[in-house]
Amino acid sequence: MVRVTHWLTFVAFAALLVTGIELIISHPRFYWGETGNSGTTPLFRIPIPSSRDTVPSGYNYVLPDQNGWSRSMHFEAAWILVITALVYGIYGVTSGHFKRNLFPVSGQRSWQAYWAVMRKYLRRAPPGDEQSYNPLQRLAYLAVIFILFPMMIWTGLALSPSFNAAMPWFVGVLGGRQSARTLHFFFTILLVIFFVVHVTMVAMGGFWRRMRAMTIGGASAGEEESA
Amino acid sequence: MTISRRKLITTGLAAAAGATGLGVADRLARSYGLIPPDSGGVFGPGETLTYAAQRLLTRHSMAREFSRSQISPKPFPNALAPPTDAFKLLQAGGFRDWQLVVDGLVERPTVFSLADLRSIGVRSQITEVVCEEGWSYVAEWIGTPLSAVLRETGLKPEARFAMYRSYERGWWDSIDLGDAQHPQTFLTMGMNDGDLPVPFGGPLRLRVPRQLGYKSVKFVNHITVADSMKKFGSGQGSPGPDYGYSWYAGI
Repeated sequence: MVRVTHWLTFVAFAALLVTGIELIISHPRFYWGETGNSGTTPLFRIPIPSSRDTVPSGYNYVLPDQNGWSRSMHFEAAWILVITALVYGIYGVTSGHFKRNLFPVSGQRSWQAYWAVMRKYLRRAPPGDEQSYNPLQRLAYLAVIFILFPMMIWTGLALSPSFNAAMPWFVGVLGGRQSARTLHFFFTILLVIFFVVHVTMVAMGGFWRRMRAMTIGGASAGEEESA
Repeated sequence: MTISRRKLITTGLAAAAGATGLGVADRLARSYGLIPPDSGGVFGPGETLTYAAQRLLTRHSMAREFSRSQISPKPFPNALAPPTDAFKLLQAGGFRDWQLVVDGLVERPTVFSLADLRSIGVRSQITEVVCEEGWSYVAEWIGTPLSAVLRETGLKPEARFAMYRSYERGWWDSIDLGDAQHPQTFLTMGMNDGDLPVPFGGPLRLRVPRQLGYKSVKFVNHITVADSMKKFGSGQGSPGPDYGYSWYAGI
């Protein structure tokens, strides 16, 4: 179950990332507060050409517009992600997966424990044949599962005019619609950073061995489920 | 992994129950109007989930309204095609001859002038225009609620959608009757205490504040009430889905 939901999440994340980049290209400017448009001052802008000629991008050419399929795919992938997250969340609680594999075990919830792992990384010590996730790894996974992804869904939903009509506080506490959009972008960057580090770690720990463990399963990594 | 007989049987039963469940869900969803006109194709499941979820969650909710101090000093209009001579002529006459035809599944098909619409009753709202590209602005919108206009014409019992056309050729869209009768869906004639400027859709724009800006069609001159969107365009409720844009844009 962990493996199936992991790869569904990966597929949805990849689709959301690619289409999200496409959507930014139609307006690569970010604002803070409730409103913002080509006539107002942005908080910051991404120095790329836009797919709209109404956006003052500083470039005098307009990229092809890919928003149509990008939008539809973005929302469909978001549904896949949310449904997968629900299944994983329910499984994680009922099977004890969260407790057993993700929450740092007692005795390792200390700065010394995290620092010990950090030192090992910094020394570029060869990874041993750990039988379970190390404390720093657990902390990173917990942050992604319980902070970053929920915040992505929250800030994304806060961009829906209809959802905001039903729950105005949802966008209100974020500081307004444009703040929600900007935060959606920041959380994306954090997720991409996690993704890069995650794949790097997998590669250092023996890419094919770990890939095998995370797909067909096997005893080599120790922590995967039989489901 | 060994597959036990029990596991095989339970899996089979679960699959059968799932398939039946989906069938029942589909029938229920149809009878409660939870299936959008663009429910086919690769993105159909996503569109349907979004539309159904929001119809269940947000049917009676009101779009956020803002205070007068939050009105954007710099609203942003998208570029428009140059106006036709006929439009210029109407504009020169102060749009006194602008006509809004309401027909289809209504009891009394009617042609309204802007003055007729005003006499039905004018209201105002301060709501945000949200473009699918990401930008937005807040403005005051003054107009006649579409629900009041539809009360004047009456609705036939089989009415399900309101399809609306723009003076600009090939530009049309539609909303379900829930949105058409929503108290904030306005036939807008004024903006920020003045007449609605042409770049913002004047003389008449249908404001649907709970959906993205592209559903708020400019220069509206024809509303047709229908039981199904199959017979219009490619049958997906608007030209948008042909280009990947959702028919339902409450996202």
